[in-house]
Amino acid sequence: MSSAISSEDNIQSSARPRRWHILVFLLPAFIVYSAVMILPLIETLRLSLYNTVDGQSTFVGLANFQVLFGEERWAADFWRALKNNFIFFAIHMLVQNPLGIALAAMLSIPKLRLATFYRTAIFMPTILSFVIVGFIWKLILSPIWGITPFFMDLVGLKAFFAPWLGRPGSALIAVSLISVWQNVGIPMMLIYAALLNIPDEVIEAAECDGVTGWSQFWKIKLPLVLPAIGMVSILTFVGNFNAFDLIYTVQGALAGPDGATDILGTLLYRTFFGFQLQLGDRSMGATIATVMFLIILAGVSLYLFGIQRRVRRYQF
Amino acid sequence: MSKARLSPLRSGFVHLALAGYTVVALFPVVLTILNSLKDKNAIFRTPLALPTAETFSLIGYTTVLKQGDFVGYFQNSLIVTVISIFFALLFGAMAAFALSEYRFRGNMLMGLYLAIGIMIPIRLGTVAILQGMVAAGLVNTLTALILVYTAQGLPLAIFILSEFMRTVSDDLKNAGRIDGLSEYAIFFRLVLPLVRPAMATVAVFTMIPIWNDLWFPLILAPGEATKTVTLGSQVFIGQFVTNWNAVLAALSLAIFPVLVLYVIFSRQLIRGITAGAVK
Repeated sequence: MSSAISSEDNIQSSARPRRWHILVFLLPAFIVYSAVMILPLIETLRLSLYNTVDGQSTFVGLANFQVLFGEERWAADFWRALKNNFIFFAIHMLVQNPLGIALAAMLSIPKLRLATFYRTAIFMPTILSFVIVGFIWKLILSPIWGITPFFMDLVGLKAFFAPWLGRPGSALIAVSLISVWQNVGIPMMLIYAALLNIPDEVIEAAECDGVTGWSQFWKIKLPLVLPAIGMVSILTFVGNFNAFDLIYTVQGALAGPDGATDILGTLLYRTFFGFQLQLGDRSMGATIATVMFLIILAGVSLYLFGIQRRVRRYQF
Repeated sequence: MSKARLSPLRSGFVHLALAGYTVVALFPVVLTILNSLKDKNAIFRTPLALPTAETFSLIGYTTVLKQGDFVGYFQNSLIVTVISIFFALLFGAMAAFALSEYRFRGNMLMGLYLAIGIMIPIRLGTVAILQGMVAAGLVNTLTALILVYTAQGLPLAIFILSEFMRTVSDDLKNAGRIDGLSEYAIFFRLVLPLVRPAMATVAVFTMIPIWNDLWFPLILAPGEATKTVTLGSQVFIGQFVTNWNAVLAALSLAIFPVLVLYVIFSRQLIRGITAGAVK
């Protein structure tokens, strides 16, 4: 048996036949993944360096990026979308993730009754499509139906009701909060799992030292789940800078009112696919996709090489 | 288990907070389904009431079923989702087996290459994907969607499955080899059945984003014959925006199958996310 294993491991052994089965196992996944995902991605990056000049596709270097960042017609839209995208992300980090941590902390209390029910119910919105979620909230926040003003009346806040989705000042926040409502289940679950993985001995030791309740949460549990929080943050980052569906459903491709909710995903869609009077522009679409790629790549690299390595992991 | 029990007061607060947020999470969906079963007056007059004998009405559903081809949309979504998951799981498991079982030159590199897609979304390549699908004559076909979703599902499938395959005992596989089983038989007859729970987890993970996706159906297959449920309800609701009965009924129809599946598979899904931590 041991000789069978060692010959299996010995790659250099020249006498053995070529192991075609490895190729057969790898090839289907490699072909589909390369042809539909990696090559188009590379081709998109390449297209961002080309533009149509006199009906011919010509290499233009970084000219497309200069246009996107600097030319009046594009730059205003682009910088607004980028700014909105960062606000969108900031609201997720400030509301979704702390809320997720709080819910996870409560769910992980030992012997809490109904925990399974709460967990299942709170995670439910996450599995619905953005289309469903978007329309439901559009109806609920609609002044025509009056559900929201009715509830605000119950707590005496009716005077503060406004058609938030229709106002440039509040639309982005409203859409972000809808997205938070939908996605809070993800940080909740991942941090919940991390909390359950903390061994009982650690908690017992803390209790022996008189560290309980709030200070136990802040001093013992939170530092131990930091890797999970880092993971949640990078997932949020990638998801947010790639978002499109919810805004398209709630505010349309123009990301109204007056572009107030336009983020990179909706800008990419309009630019490359065209919308109403605007014709699709492949090169500029590829340029925006490349910028999104670089932003996501920067975020992921920062996480992998900066944060993940520095966060101390505890082996139990 | 922690010995310090919560005081009744604090446990009361915890339940209040969790139950409160549960209501926030469920209320919009319940409200939609309830009102889809009422007539128009009742939707506006008593939105929070249960449908009664007087206010009960299925007018929204009849409009939806008459005007939109929802049965067709469901069929499309089902075909696309099931076939994509099948191929993502099959090809993913094969690649995961190769990566976890054999040592060969470039193993590490191949693993890293196949993992890029976990973090970099496939959407960023849309410009060239559309171009390629146009060239291949696949625009407005379900095949285009199946190809894209298979590729999208592969990286995570390979990553999760190869972790699981490393835990399959070497003795078992070597016993199979001594009995003269080919490498293919070892994979299909010994290893695959053992990683079935992991396959189920991957299937559920892969299914949700495919079923819910709006971006690729919108760009690659917007034709009437190839609309998925997500795109179909998006377009339908956009057209019937003033017909509240129809809108609520369309939403409920889109929610219902997902909700049923969720109730059935929620344990599997949650166990998958929390990877064994849930006791």
